[in-house]
Amino acid sequence: MKLTTLTLAAALTLCAAAQAQTADGTMMHGNVDHGAIDHAGAATYTLGDLTIAGTFTRATLPNSPVAGGFLTVTNAGTVDDTLIGASSSIAGDTQIHEMAMQGDVMKMRELPAGLPIPAGESVTLQPGGFHLMFMDLNQPLVEGEAVTVTLTFETAGEIDVVLPVGATAAKMAH
Amino acid sequence: MTRNMKRAGFALCGAVVVALGALVWLQLAGPDGSDPLNLTDTLGQGDYALTTTDGGAFTSDNLKGGATAVFFGFTHCPEVCPTTLGDVSMWQEALATDGQALNVYFVTVDPERDTVDTLRDYVSWVPGVTGVSGTPEQVKAAEAAFRIYARQVPLDGGGYTMDHSASVLLFDDQGRFFEPIGYQEGTDRALAKIRRMIAS
Repeated sequence: MKLTTLTLAAALTLCAAAQAQTADGTMMHGNVDHGAIDHAGAATYTLGDLTIAGTFTRATLPNSPVAGGFLTVTNAGTVDDTLIGASSSIAGDTQIHEMAMQGDVMKMRELPAGLPIPAGESVTLQPGGFHLMFMDLNQPLVEGEAVTVTLTFETAGEIDVVLPVGATAAKMAH
Repeated sequence: MTRNMKRAGFALCGAVVVALGALVWLQLAGPDGSDPLNLTDTLGQGDYALTTTDGGAFTSDNLKGGATAVFFGFTHCPEVCPTTLGDVSMWQEALATDGQALNVYFVTVDPERDTVDTLRDYVSWVPGVTGVSGTPEQVKAAEAAFRIYARQVPLDGGGYTMDHSASVLLFDDQGRFFEPIGYQEGTDRALAKIRRMIAS
């Protein structure tokens, strides 16, 4: 019995298989982009020296009131910045979190001081690591829809970005 | 106390927990892969009685009678639990093509928020998955029987999340513990383990 295999050695397999979202989560609220999501994950946004790309979130399971938001921020400037806040009308509260596996235990923590985006570097929020945590969701997130999130950076300021909703087990933007 | 000190405290506690956890696992497993504490025959055994989303009981008897996988999670789980259920659905699809079946139990570590009714919809989209909840006392008893670590962690702005063991535990048709599948271990490796167990 090899319990050593319990360690973090989790190869990220590309599970493209779309997990059917069977909940009839009809979007009825505002601020949700109902437009066709045609490679919307490829959209990039520019805010001062920052570039934001690869945005996505994932379809929620029935009765799950939470979801993660994922994207990459690149800081082409010479001044460090920090992602200090995020908000969206889809959720009662949106926090910036870090997830880490310690042994076989999943741990999740809020980053109260925000997520540093150092000058000249890219920081990726992705499954298994940093993420936006949408809490108290107002409605299920449905694959193929999209949600709008306002990101607030300490130096660069605010910007609205669109996160296409991928499959429940999506590992990256399509 | 500054936030940084608090975070450092968090990190220290985390490190201690991990060190202890690693020590326990090492003792349980034995560095040479032996099983000095007889996990094979003891894991999942014990006195617990929870309720399934089918309306039945969940006891150690549920581990017998077929290949079984048990994992612990909660519906307010942003990532590990949906990802694992996604993995399970891929295993089920692959096993079904060979005429094989795996009984999967999703046991909540958050009985305060996850009732049997809440879990029923949550697991409904994956074939062969049964949700399990119960009183906090019974859930604690099950966590002990399966040696699962689970703890509430308060969040700023109210509410809480759960730290919890994320491995899927496999049991053979005699109800004996076979092997764990680590979080995101990979579909091929996971399927190989399950098939090895079914063939054993």
